[in-house]
Amino acid sequence: MSTVLPAPAVKPVPRAPQTPLRRVASDFLENPVAVFGLGLLLLVIAAAIFAPLISPQNPYDLAQLDVMDSKLPPGSKAPTGGTFWLGTDDQGRDMLSAIFYGLRISLMVGAASTVLALVIGLTMGLTAAYFGGRIETLIMRVVDIQLSFPAILIALILIAVLGQGTGKVITALVTIQWAYYARTVRSAAMVEKRKEYMEAARCLALSPARIVFRHLLPNCLPPMIVVATVQVAAAIALEATLSFLGLGLPITEPSLGLLIANGYQYLLSGKYWISFFPGVALLVTIVSINLVADQLRDVLNPRLQR
Amino acid sequence: MLVYVIRRSMQSVVVLFAMSLLVFIGVYAIGNPIDILINPQADQIDRERAIAALGLDKPLWEQYAVFLKGALTGNLGKSFVHATPALGLILERMPATMELAIAAMVIAVALGIPLGLWAGLKPNGIAGRSIMAGSILGFSLPTFWVGLMLIMVFSVMLGWLPSNGRGPTTMLLGIIPVSFLSWDGLSHLIMPAVNLALFKLALLIRLTRAGTRESLMQDYVKFARAKGLTNGRVIGVHVLRNILIPIVTVIGLEFGSVIAFAIVTESVFAWPGMGKLLIDSINLLDRPVIVSYLLVIVALFIVINLAVDVLYSALDPRVRLSEAKG
Repeated sequence: MSTVLPAPAVKPVPRAPQTPLRRVASDFLENPVAVFGLGLLLLVIAAAIFAPLISPQNPYDLAQLDVMDSKLPPGSKAPTGGTFWLGTDDQGRDMLSAIFYGLRISLMVGAASTVLALVIGLTMGLTAAYFGGRIETLIMRVVDIQLSFPAILIALILIAVLGQGTGKVITALVTIQWAYYARTVRSAAMVEKRKEYMEAARCLALSPARIVFRHLLPNCLPPMIVVATVQVAAAIALEATLSFLGLGLPITEPSLGLLIANGYQYLLSGKYWISFFPGVALLVTIVSINLVADQLRDVLNPRLQR
Repeated sequence: MLVYVIRRSMQSVVVLFAMSLLVFIGVYAIGNPIDILINPQADQIDRERAIAALGLDKPLWEQYAVFLKGALTGNLGKSFVHATPALGLILERMPATMELAIAAMVIAVALGIPLGLWAGLKPNGIAGRSIMAGSILGFSLPTFWVGLMLIMVFSVMLGWLPSNGRGPTTMLLGIIPVSFLSWDGLSHLIMPAVNLALFKLALLIRLTRAGTRESLMQDYVKFARAKGLTNGRVIGVHVLRNILIPIVTVIGLEFGSVIAFAIVTESVFAWPGMGKLLIDSINLLDRPVIVSYLLVIVALFIVINLAVDVLYSALDPRVRLSEAKG
């Protein structure tokens, strides 16, 4: 999120030279809802990064757990003196701590798969746009076919084929997502390709790699940033869904989806908090990312530029 | 037109064939179903008999050849677990999934189009803004968690609706078992259908709103107003008709994704449909059922996509199918 450095509120001062980054930052900050979303997102990320420091207990250190504390409602007093603000699960684990650690895993899986998919999608999309011909037909045909099936179905096929595990979930997420990036970057590159600076670069007899990565790529980035933001949220939601179905991350990597699945069986006996609070954390994460993405879409859209 | 339909159908067959090969090889590599399906206490002779009965001793290509020959005659192999034809198992559960998907789609359309129209006509009003905020929430809420929360509120806290299963079914037209004809069955259907509808509802609201705002600025709307038509007629006939074209397409395309997403809803509400069968089969490594499910759903998708393409050209004469890349 380096694009949203806090910029001084520059009101249209008589055309001072403004870097694109500054323009984007100041446009972004105009919308209070988006700023709220960004703040929320930063809080979530901070909670995930500093989970070991801010958690009341280490939820996966068995020495700190006591079965006597299991399934306590939110606000119960812990025997060690603290308070279980969000209650405990069936093993006496503090839910608040479990959520912080779960956020870590969920965000990490989401971010890792997005970065990998972005790299693959960019390369494929740019290759298709720059070289055209057979390569383009082949790549875009695969993209078309893949995008005509819902993500959840492709994910399930891949999990059924690959088996379970963290690496395999990430593989499945990457396989689903690269197609979105490839399609987006290709359409952006098709427009950029016809511009004069590209012609100039070709006249200088630069190598194709240099033209693609130094000249074409930076000009195709704005729409990619928007798609990537939306896709992080989608990846996190999909991972949670897979984990809930018991086909995602292993028990040793308790993401938010697994925490929710774990609480499912206690829901019917009225012990709502084991499923409810991890779900709220998941929801806050996804909503804040979507709010940021919504505003980025407006800010980075050249047609809406003032 | 005819040429287009034929060419698309040929293409679909190729996709179906490629998918069957990919899925078959992939699923074969998961693990050894022998270890899971045959009693570990069984002696060597029993094991070998079971392996031969399931056809697991043959080489991979031969298993695929048998499978392909069977597939062309509608026989997709026997379930390892249920020992009945896999295709039969899936078709048996298809009505439950279809009922759920159609109910969800009806809810999404019945609420989504009016709400989207309202939000599009009054984008700055309180109602319009709340509808849009609600639709962002609809996009962001993970389906399975909403399902859990529905169960928590309406089954556990209020005790109004049953939390799982399908309830009693009645035969529709004497052949299709459905739930919605009896009150008990309907009460089982409400929550899963609403749960499945939410995402599509949000999508339809946004789509209708965008379409409405766009067509309100068009000349034909200005002209209709200048002619002195009532507001209701301008919106009901002129605006609605034009925004309906993209909406019909999306409804068609999304129907497939509703069937796919039913996997999640069915698991939450223990709805006895195809999706739940798939999840159970993945957990038990019941290969023939997984492969058959995937082939059935891929075939379903191909038919839906084809139907939508053809329908689209019928609705909007501006679309020329022969020009579409095919």
